Amino acid sequence: MNKGMLTTKLVRGLLTIWLIVSFTFIALNLSGDPIEALVGDQASPAVIAHYREKFGLDRPLWEQYLSYLGNIVQGDFGLSLSDQKPAVDLIAAALPYTLRLGLTAFIFGLILGIVLGIVAALNRNSWIDRFVMSFAVLGFSLPNFFLGILLILLFALRWRVLPSAGADTAWHLVLPVITLGTHFAGIFARFTRSAMLEVLNKQYMVASRAKGAPRLRRILWHALPNAAIPIVTVVGLKLGDLVAGSIIVETVFAWPGIGRLLVGAVTSRDFAVVQAILIMVAVTMVLANFAVDFIYTLIDPRMRAVPQEGRRP
Amino acid sequence: MQEPQRSGPLLQVTGLKRYFGSGHETSKHATIKAVEDVTFQLRAGETLGLVGESGCGKSTTGRMIVGLEQPTTGAIAFRGQDLSGLSAKEWRAKRRELQIVFQNPQSALDPRLSVRRQIREPLDLHRIGAPSEREAAVTELMEAVSLPHELGNRFPHEISGGQAQRVVIARALTLKPSLIVCDEPVSALDVSVQAKVVALLEELQARLGVSYLFISHDLRVVKMLSHRVAVMYLGQIVEEGLTDELYDEPLHPYTKALLSAIPDIAMALRRHDSRRIVLQGDPPSPAAPPAGCHFHTRCPFARERCRHEMPALRAIAGEGITHKARCHFAEELKVAS
Repeated sequence: MNKGMLTTKLVRGLLTIWLIVSFTFIALNLSGDPIEALVGDQASPAVIAHYREKFGLDRPLWEQYLSYLGNIVQGDFGLSLSDQKPAVDLIAAALPYTLRLGLTAFIFGLILGIVLGIVAALNRNSWIDRFVMSFAVLGFSLPNFFLGILLILLFALRWRVLPSAGADTAWHLVLPVITLGTHFAGIFARFTRSAMLEVLNKQYMVASRAKGAPRLRRILWHALPNAAIPIVTVVGLKLGDLVAGSIIVETVFAWPGIGRLLVGAVTSRDFAVVQAILIMVAVTMVLANFAVDFIYTLIDPRMRAVPQEGRRP
Repeated sequence: MQEPQRSGPLLQVTGLKRYFGSGHETSKHATIKAVEDVTFQLRAGETLGLVGESGCGKSTTGRMIVGLEQPTTGAIAFRGQDLSGLSAKEWRAKRRELQIVFQNPQSALDPRLSVRRQIREPLDLHRIGAPSEREAAVTELMEAVSLPHELGNRFPHEISGGQAQRVVIARALTLKPSLIVCDEPVSALDVSVQAKVVALLEELQARLGVSYLFISHDLRVVKMLSHRVAVMYLGQIVEEGLTDELYDEPLHPYTKALLSAIPDIAMALRRHDSRRIVLQGDPPSPAAPPAGCHFHTRCPFARERCRHEMPALRAIAGEGITHKARCHFAEELKVAS
C-alpha cells in the first residue's frame, strides 16, 4: 500500500465514522424522549425540566449535535442516564468479557471452519463434503438464540454438566463459545471450501505435484495462501461484527459483556451508552477493514502497488 | 547427468490405455477412451513429437508418463523400471527424472512466489545441495534459459508469457531430469516467442542430453525440433516415423490431411502427390469411436474392410523399419499417389 492509497483509506474511514456518529445522534433523537424513560410519565414538569437542563436536552438540536461531536473527539461520551457513570467506564468494564467470549469463539470458529472447508474441498462431492456442508449450512442458518437455548436445555438442564449463565469460570465459556463459534465455523467453512476448490483446479497445483511436492505441502503452501483472499475478506467482516454478533448470545447466556449492556441501554433509552457502543462498533468495523486491506498486500503480490514502474511487458 | 544405458530405450510405453468414466453399461455415462493402445519408445537425448487434434489423447498420454494420471492398463517403463507399480512416495523421488512443462506458463506458476523462489522450490522439496548452493543453482538456471537477473524478484503477473515459459522450463530443469514432457509448451505464446522457446529447448537438449516428449497440435513446431514424430487420432497412434520420412512421405491418410492443411508443407508434398485431402467435420466422440478403423468416417479412401476391421500399427513394405502406419491400404495409397 503506498501513501496515496493509505491517505484515501484513512479519509474514508474517518468519513464512515463521522456518518455513523451523526446517524446515531439523529436516530436516537427521533426515537423518543429519554427523560420520560428515566423519570417516568408521572413526574412533575419541574423534575423533567431539571433533567432536561442537566443533560443539555433543552438546547437547540444543532447545538446539542455540535457539543456532542466535540465531546466525542475528546473521548467524552457523556454520562449514563441510568447510573450517572461515564459511558466509557461502563463499556470498559464490559469489554473484557465480550472480548473473552468473542475472540475465543472467533478463533474456535476460524480454525474449525478452515479445516472443515479444506477437508470438504479435498473430498469434493463425497459424503464427507456433503456432511461438512450440511453442518455449515446448519451452523450459520440456525439462529443463535435457538442453538443457545438448545445447548442450555441439554447440557445445563438435562445433563447438568455445564453452567448456563454468568461468566465466573472457564466452564461458563463453553456453551456460549460453541453457540457463537458454530456460526463462524459455518460461514468460514463455506468460503474456504469454494476458495480452495477454485485454487485446486489451477495448473500450478498440478505443477507442484509434478515437482514432487508432498500433498500436505501442496495444500498448506500453495493452495491455502492462494485461496486466502476471499477467506480473509469474510474473516475481516466477521471480526468487525464481533461485538454486534455477540448481542444475542450474551443475552441468552447472561454474559456481562457489551452486547448485554447495549440491549439494556436501548430499552432504557440510555443515549450516551448506546452512542458510545455504536461508535465503538463502527470503529472496530473500520479498523477490521483496514487490517484486511493490509493483509491482502501481504498474501497476494498482485495487490501490491508498484510505485516506480508499472507492469513491464 | 547420468549416462543412460546404452541398451534399451529411456522410455518404453507399451499398450497404454486410459479410459474415463464409470465403465458401467448405462448409456448416460459412457466410457471415454481417451488413450487406446499407445505404444512407443524414446531414447536418451531424443525428441519424439506427439501430434494430433485436441482431444486425441496426446496430453493424457503425457500426463500418464509423468505420473499425474493413472493408466487404465499398459506399461510405462523408464530405464527398464515399470512406473505403474510405484507408491506415492517412490513417485515423488522419481519426479526428479521426469518433469513436465505446461501449455499455459502464467497459470503454471504460483502467483504468490517470486521467479527465484519458483525455480528454487524443487531443490528445497528434494533437499538438493546446501541452501547457499541452491541460490547459486537458481542463478545458473536463470542464465541457462536466458532470463535477465533482475527478473528474479518479480512475480508471475509482472513478467511476459515468454519469460514465464522460461521460468517453467528452468523449474523443470532444476532437478536435472532425463525426460521432460512438453505439453503444448509454445501454443499459448506469440509466434516470434515460440521460435525462441523452441530454440532454447533444442539448445538445452544439446547441452544436457535431456529427452523430450513434445506434445503439440502444431505440425510446424513439431517439425522444428523432433527427431521422430507420432501422429495420434482418437487415442491411437496412426503413424510414426523419422521426422523427414513422415513429413516428406506421409503414409496415413490422416497425416496427409494434416500436412496438406499447412501451405508451405503442402507445396513441397504436391511434388509427389497432387491431391489435397481436406478433412470433413469433427473427429467422432471418443465415447463412441467408430468400429474398424477409427478414421474411416472421415477418410476419402475408406473401403468396406475399413469399416469392420481395425488396422494395426505396422511397418509398411517399401519403407524403412522406422516408418509405421495404421492403415490397411498404406501400400496401395502410396503407389496410387
